[in-house]
Amino acid sequence: MELHNLTASELIEKLSLKQITPDEILFSLDKQIKRLESKIKAYVRLDGNKISTLPTISHLEGTSLKGIPVSVKDNICTDGYLTECCSKILSGFKPPYDATVIKKLKEAGARILEPKTNMDEFAFGSSTENSCFGPTYNPWDLGRVVGGSSGGSAAAVAADEAILALGSDTGGSIRQPASFCGVVGLKPTYGRVSRYGLIAFASSLDQIGPITKDVKDCALLMNTISGYDPCDSTSVDIEVPDFTKALIPDVKGIKIGIPNEYFVEGLDPQVKNVIEEAINKLKDLGAMCEQVSLPHTEYAVAVYYIIATAEASSNLARFDGVQYGYRSKSKISKKIESSSLIEMYKQTRAEGFGSEAKRRIILGTFVLSHGYYEAYYLRALKVRTLIKNDFDNVFRECDCIITPTSPTTAFKIGERIDDPLKMYLSDIYTISANLAGIPAISIPCGFDKYGLPVGLQILAKPFDEEMLFRVAYAYEQSTPWHKMKPKIIFEQ
Amino acid sequence: MSIYSGYEAVIGLEVHIQLKTKTKAFCGCSTEFGREPNSQVCPVCLGFPGALPVLNRLALEYAVKVALALNCKIQEFTKFDRKNYFYPDLPKNYQISQFDLPLSKDGFLDIYLQGKAKRIGIRRVHLEEDAGKLIHKEDFSLVDFNRAGIPLLEIVSEPQINSPQEAYEYLSTLKSIVQYLDVSDCDMEKGSLRCDANISVREAGAEGLGTKTEVKNMNSFKSVKEALGFEIERQIELLKQDKKIIQETRLWDAEKLETFSMRTKEESKDYRYFPEPDLPPFIISKDKIESIRMTIPELPYQKIQRFMNEYGLSEYDAKVIVFSSKDDAIYAEECMKRLDSSDKKPLVNFLIGPMMSEANNRNCGISGLGIPAEEVVSLVQHVQRQDISYLTAKSVLKEVIDTSQSPTKIIKDKNLIQISDSNALTKLVDEVIKENPKSVQDYLSGKSNAIMFLVGQVMKKSNGKANPKIVQEIIKGRLSNA
Repeated sequence: MELHNLTASELIEKLSLKQITPDEILFSLDKQIKRLESKIKAYVRLDGNKISTLPTISHLEGTSLKGIPVSVKDNICTDGYLTECCSKILSGFKPPYDATVIKKLKEAGARILEPKTNMDEFAFGSSTENSCFGPTYNPWDLGRVVGGSSGGSAAAVAADEAILALGSDTGGSIRQPASFCGVVGLKPTYGRVSRYGLIAFASSLDQIGPITKDVKDCALLMNTISGYDPCDSTSVDIEVPDFTKALIPDVKGIKIGIPNEYFVEGLDPQVKNVIEEAINKLKDLGAMCEQVSLPHTEYAVAVYYIIATAEASSNLARFDGVQYGYRSKSKISKKIESSSLIEMYKQTRAEGFGSEAKRRIILGTFVLSHGYYEAYYLRALKVRTLIKNDFDNVFRECDCIITPTSPTTAFKIGERIDDPLKMYLSDIYTISANLAGIPAISIPCGFDKYGLPVGLQILAKPFDEEMLFRVAYAYEQSTPWHKMKPKIIFEQ
Repeated sequence: MSIYSGYEAVIGLEVHIQLKTKTKAFCGCSTEFGREPNSQVCPVCLGFPGALPVLNRLALEYAVKVALALNCKIQEFTKFDRKNYFYPDLPKNYQISQFDLPLSKDGFLDIYLQGKAKRIGIRRVHLEEDAGKLIHKEDFSLVDFNRAGIPLLEIVSEPQINSPQEAYEYLSTLKSIVQYLDVSDCDMEKGSLRCDANISVREAGAEGLGTKTEVKNMNSFKSVKEALGFEIERQIELLKQDKKIIQETRLWDAEKLETFSMRTKEESKDYRYFPEPDLPPFIISKDKIESIRMTIPELPYQKIQRFMNEYGLSEYDAKVIVFSSKDDAIYAEECMKRLDSSDKKPLVNFLIGPMMSEANNRNCGISGLGIPAEEVVSLVQHVQRQDISYLTAKSVLKEVIDTSQSPTKIIKDKNLIQISDSNALTKLVDEVIKENPKSVQDYLSGKSNAIMFLVGQVMKKSNGKANPKIVQEIIKGRLSNA
């Protein structure tokens, strides 16, 4: 075992005992990245040189992360360092400020890698194929996608090219790639983690969250990034518990709901088998599992693609070539007329955005338009409330809900890229948690016959991440899945 | 009765007022006017990706205060919305505004015009953010974002204004109210108060509304009055010729004194409003509303009425004093209270005449001149007692301001008391008559104006202290005896 193969908690222990130094971890990680990056492409703007990190605090003594490297998705702002959302339209953009999570990580003694992790442009996608830098390849099978949109972070963690990573989740963008890559990914309760400095996709759904090698690391990272932020009016002023205290390997008496609506047509039978085995395992551990119903599940994808695109169309309006990022170089008439202004907007956006971004901007603009607003956006808001009510009802009876994270394992690169609807359906099980604002975690729970990882999703009440950690930890400690690594890691 | 024969005008005004909070509506940047371009900006007001707005609570309080003063109903549950449109002065390409749940609505504003009160409905008052400022050069444009994000109050009237004069009065009253509340400078030249107008005309007594035009780019109250006057006449002229009025936005040209069409083709605006997801809806508690209501002082309209009733002021005088500023009105009232006489007219004339003109020269109000009220009263009393002439009183006023000495002391020290003693004056008159035989001849031969020359000569001899009225009478008496 080399240092990059270890978890953050294992490394922290060694750092505490002064057996190793933060530089040694970085050196080991650098070696692994150099060895695998040409195949995986988890990072963007990686230039052959030694991996550099952002300025770190000098006194690591007493900090919780003690110099542990953290890899960050390309949509989280870092002061003075490129943050481009893997989009041409943000090329060259160096934010003049740190996202709140970055500030917190720095204060906790983390070393943030300068190259960021790959993603679907503006987090629009479920495969990381919509990146202006090209796709990331799944460490378990290089012919397959890593999921998305936080695919770079998930692949980096899976390939031991990262110790800890941050992603963002608007409809499953942390959990689905975590599932496809056999790692742990958590979408916190909406409002638990500050969104300040996260380049917005859909403001009412976005959350930053951890992607890690195991549940304990996930709790560690959540301890660092959680908490009310006066700079984010949607963050909630509620006490943050020590999540590592929730890591109790005991689920006796815990009531788990299994929603019927998640085990219907479209679910890959192999995935279904693996999930059912996982449920049986939890029963063996003493959990009480019962069938429950989330009757409005079937509307989730439709509601999501109205609300998310509506917000995105407005959030992305600022990318117009005026202040920062890409501006079309094509000849724009120099006269100060409104026509030349519109020309600049049009050409900049036509050249700067990829096709999925354009699709969503057009869709979002349409659903907000006069005459359609009531039929689409307003109606979607109402159904969103119904979906939230479904969860409230179930959580009156159950402590948590268990579902597959995604209906399939990782699909082949290029397989769905020309079929947006099919692509959208790979988030069918993750979207509801964003609409309801509840926390959800994906943990590895086995493999299909191709050796591809399957993810188990656990959902809980708002601000009850502790329940997720408890159930996930108990399951993880009694199964071998989190210790299994793709062969490519060890190939010479 | 309409002032336009056979037609009447229907006007609705949309007023934007910058609130004078120290920091912007959704970030901590300073709102100070006139600083170096783009020196008061941050990721939030520049609309940088990832930056999020946080509501300035004071801006909300100011907004509620104005809404209450305009008799609006405060909505307990309110929210912000995004108004989406592309323009380079709008860094996010959407404006944080309020759409279907404005913080207040259904109020009114009373104006007082030529002895009659009129109530103008206020449709809504809501809070939004200002945009940046574009500066157009020959072949490029610059943007200054210092203004972007300054809290802006939008006050929309019902279309219940029927003449340019009413519009002027509405704006004056509104401006005065806001200044009394001390929440905005309302300076149209600095852009802290802006006004757009919707105008239509119809046949007098008709039920429905005519096609309206929107007029923008009016940079002073005077411009508003002129632009409305022009636009009403233009529309009436079109109607008379049986031509159609086009619904459009027109700009006021203050040089040519006319409105002109802003766009050649009419674009339909679709702002695609939707709730601002970065700012949760909020509730303004009843307690909060009541505590804000407690801070509202007596407002201009009430003050004007009270000054007319209690002190017998004319509508004009009362308005001049009250609209000047809250401090000036308080100061004037203190002066009026101290004057024993029930006839306040000489005092008021002095306040809005020489005193206001001195104040204007010094860029302040009469209350800012630093003269204690009792001294103003004493100065006016000197004039009333004919101790000094009105002319002398004006120069004493200047000295009072410059030296901070009391008027009584200045009058005494400079020996300014008028000579009203007829014996002394008769002596001077006789001298002047002797020295100016030609003028005497002129007067006697019927040129009555010649007497003014003789009075002037006496004034000269007395170093300006002779009481001119008495002098004139003495001259008349002497010459009729001749």
